[in-house]
Amino acid sequence: MNPQLLSSIAQGIGLTLYVTGASLLIGGLIGLVLVGAARSPIGIIRTIANVYINVVRVIPPITWLFLIYFGLPQFALRLTTIQAAIIGFSIIASAFMAEIYRSGLLSIPVGQREAAHALGLSSITTVGHIITPQAFRVALPAIATYGIGLLKDSALASTIGVREITYYAQQSAKQTNEGLQAFVVAGVLYILISLVVALISRRVDLTLRRKIGVA
Amino acid sequence: MMDVFSQWLEWFPNLLPGLIVSLQLTGLSLLFGFPFGLLLAVMATAKFAPFQWISFFFVEIGRGLPALVLLYLMYFSLPDAGIILNSFTTAVIALSWNTGAYASEYFRAGLAAVPLGQKEAALTSGLRGWTGFRHIILPQALRISTPPLAGLAVLIFQGSALAFVIAVPELMSKASEIGSITFEYLNVYVLTAVIYGSLTLVFLALVRVLEWRLGRHLQRN
Repeated sequence: MNPQLLSSIAQGIGLTLYVTGASLLIGGLIGLVLVGAARSPIGIIRTIANVYINVVRVIPPITWLFLIYFGLPQFALRLTTIQAAIIGFSIIASAFMAEIYRSGLLSIPVGQREAAHALGLSSITTVGHIITPQAFRVALPAIATYGIGLLKDSALASTIGVREITYYAQQSAKQTNEGLQAFVVAGVLYILISLVVALISRRVDLTLRRKIGVA
Repeated sequence: MMDVFSQWLEWFPNLLPGLIVSLQLTGLSLLFGFPFGLLLAVMATAKFAPFQWISFFFVEIGRGLPALVLLYLMYFSLPDAGIILNSFTTAVIALSWNTGAYASEYFRAGLAAVPLGQKEAALTSGLRGWTGFRHIILPQALRISTPPLAGLAVLIFQGSALAFVIAVPELMSKASEIGSITFEYLNVYVLTAVIYGSLTLVFLALVRVLEWRLGRHLQRN
């Protein structure tokens, strides 16, 4: 394998990780608000949250990116390519993360909430100290899987010009006529990063299991 | 607001051929991808080790690489191998690979979910090897795998939008064509999102009906 090719494509790792990480973080936070809204006692808030979650998920990611990057400037809202990519992927991630949290919360037995109530803990303490830590542990593998999926989706950012792995692979393919090699290198990089993320998540999962004492 | 809709009406006839290409792309990728996935699933469980390695190779690349990278990879590697195909065919190959890799996992789960007793019963009835597999195991496995495969079909329809990057004249490329002529990017991509979104919702509703129909035999009255 051509070392020069590798080093030029590896330049994209930073932005690939940045776009993925930032979107997962922002999307993860918005997802928290969404899952709260989806469980709200007020019907209209629940409906809005559910409609948002569904609408976001039925539109292909590339359509979201183009809508934001090419469409919003019509409102004089000029975004850099990186901003547009992070906004787009955050919107998408928020809907998927909300669904992941929802299934995590559903897995916590009602008895836990009742027990906390019986012990006289306030609702905030119950959610913060009893429900969330357990739900997070249950949701972690799904979050890691989604994170790896998002890492792969982030390749789409190259279509609006974000200089991540796929972007550099494409540049190298054009310049060197070594298209096949360039994309093999890019593919290997994605697989390696996914492996590392999967390993880290497994470690964290094991630690949390021990800490919370869930078998 | 009226302007927006009159533009939509004006553009729709130009987007329609793109949508048809998207649907053809999806249909062909599923047509080739599902049998490929079944083959990969059967190979993964084969006793002959090289079959397992081949299956592992195709599944891990098909699922591990971003679909976009797989698309570019096929686009650049096929001509290097002396195979000159148009971009539509290349996209079908890449998406079929992608489909097959994901489908193989659902088929594997489906095959694993058929109780062992069924296989034993087939053997006892004298249905050996391929005959028993085809008449006893496979129909039950297919029934179990159908709902997730239908869900995968919806994802492949959304994934067909990626073919835009290798200049397949599908919905996204028709939309950006209109955008670059009229500069009404926002409006044309909103229309595109509406088309993808509403079709996806229709597909998802069909998946739900299918799931209900396939699960009917399990419901007790």
